[in-house]
Amino acid sequence: MTAPAIPAVARLRRPARRRGDPWERVVNGWLRAHAWLVYLFLYLPIAVVIVFSFNSARAATADWEGFSLHWYGVALDDDVVQTTLLNSFIIAIPNAILATVFGTMAALGLQRVGRRLRTVFDVLTYMSVIVPEIVIALSTLVLFATGFDALNSAFKIKLTLGYPTVIAAHVLFNLSLVLLLVRARLAGMDRTFVEASADLFATPWRTFVQITFPQLLPAFVAGFLLSFTFSFDDYVITTFVSGPGSSTLPLFIFGQVKRGVTPETNAVATMMLGVTLLLLFVGQLVLTWQARRAGRRGASAMSEIVSQSAS
Amino acid sequence: MSTIRRARPAARRSSVRGRLLTTVLVLPAAAWYAILLISPLVIVTIFSFGVRAKNGGYAPAFVFDNYARAIQKSEPFVLSLEMAVAGTIGCLLVALPLAYFIATRVRRRKGLLVLLLVIPFWTSFLIRTYAWLLILGPDLGLAGRLQALTGADKVQILGTPIAVMIGLIYGYLPLMIFPLYVTLERMDRTLIEASKDLGAGRWATFRQITLPVALPGFVTGSILVFIPMMGEYVIPQILGYGRTYLMGNALVTDFLEARNWPQGSARAVFLIIVMIVTIAGYVWFVNRGRSTRDVSVL
Repeated sequence: MTAPAIPAVARLRRPARRRGDPWERVVNGWLRAHAWLVYLFLYLPIAVVIVFSFNSARAATADWEGFSLHWYGVALDDDVVQTTLLNSFIIAIPNAILATVFGTMAALGLQRVGRRLRTVFDVLTYMSVIVPEIVIALSTLVLFATGFDALNSAFKIKLTLGYPTVIAAHVLFNLSLVLLLVRARLAGMDRTFVEASADLFATPWRTFVQITFPQLLPAFVAGFLLSFTFSFDDYVITTFVSGPGSSTLPLFIFGQVKRGVTPETNAVATMMLGVTLLLLFVGQLVLTWQARRAGRRGASAMSEIVSQSAS
Repeated sequence: MSTIRRARPAARRSSVRGRLLTTVLVLPAAAWYAILLISPLVIVTIFSFGVRAKNGGYAPAFVFDNYARAIQKSEPFVLSLEMAVAGTIGCLLVALPLAYFIATRVRRRKGLLVLLLVIPFWTSFLIRTYAWLLILGPDLGLAGRLQALTGADKVQILGTPIAVMIGLIYGYLPLMIFPLYVTLERMDRTLIEASKDLGAGRWATFRQITLPVALPGFVTGSILVFIPMMGEYVIPQILGYGRTYLMGNALVTDFLEARNWPQGSARAVFLIIVMIVTIAGYVWFVNRGRSTRDVSVL
């Protein structure tokens, strides 16, 4: 925690600040130390899980006994891990596709409707974000249970909880996310291109393909990846609206955690982290590539979108 | 905005086809909201006035008992509120200096530092939470080390509100950092220069320029952090061993273990109402006396 040395030259160049220099240095040093500590705080848990997944010891809380891929073998051979991993993909991919397509469609459609309908949608979008996840999860479960009971006795069918209910529940939240991202992008878009395209007698469809869509692509990619990741990582909603055959990897991990973390848990968790980080990387690549094609600088586009979507 | 939109040639042709297209574009999202957002909330509101059926679930009635009980036995709610308020303040104390540092003191590596904030936020919440079991636990964890160091009989961190608080702050910290960073980043640096030129001290400048500029970010951040903390379920389950009994745990007990749907419904409706009132009041309080409303919920 040493205070960063301010070069003497810089100090001489700004005589007005010389009087306050020691104080400035203390503040800067404290800010820098604080930043380091926060990054340590943020990464320590992730690092612990990853490092201990390579530990050959039998217990997750045991001391470091040596590097080994043993627990990855155990995890990959585990039938439950295989099925829940497959289920995670079966749910996350359709969810991301539906949320991205419907969210983008709605964002485009909302440009064409009156102010009142737009306000209704604003309220609904914010509501799906404001209402705590656990409340949404439980009330959706109550809806499914009550609705399926009624439908089953009325039509002599057997509707139960399964993939469709989980996907439907995940899409609700992700739809709002995509809607917010794409609408923000549409609001910041340069309309003159669209108008120029229309003036040059392009059909609306052609204008969309050549002008609107490329400009929306960053929001589109970010929305898809966020939706996939949310679904892939979600525990709360999935645990309440999934059926016996449709439990996902987070449910498996939660069960393991409740029984006591094992090195296998760490190995599964590390693989899960790998999948989501790979996606983040792919998203970044796509955005950089697209930005370069469009002749713009696209560094850290993904992180900008994610950090700004949160605000 | 609306004048520009009206001038667009495409919108001028409000033909049948145009309207059909609009409907088709909006319909899936509208259906989703209607079926999976509005109807569950409506059902829960209706159920909250009912009574528990004999075998659990809901039986039609119109009573206010559930609300009376939800308010009488409001310990989980009060505890949730305390934890969420403390957690929000904790997040602010950790986030503000960091956001301020990245926005004002870093030049070249800004993108990298922001990316490093996004990565934990992007990775599984469940995994990041259970990792604290290893860090805070006995034996090799912090509790074990403290025990060995102090020679105390038993140091217990997991299963206490402290562990839950660490988990809450850790889990939602990025949601506080991002909005603060975005507002501080947009801050007009010349304001600070002007303030200093006019003879204001560091503290006066910070209090009169930086804090007001950061305020909208803080409001957004605290709402984003406060809401999920109020309904948190996973963190108290894992790090609190279910002993720190928050609103989320109470809801799950009502619905799934006691199978008293009306009771759970009343609790849920109560939570939603309190939250909407709190957030609306908070936004109003922060914006009072301002001519422009520059704080949106998100």
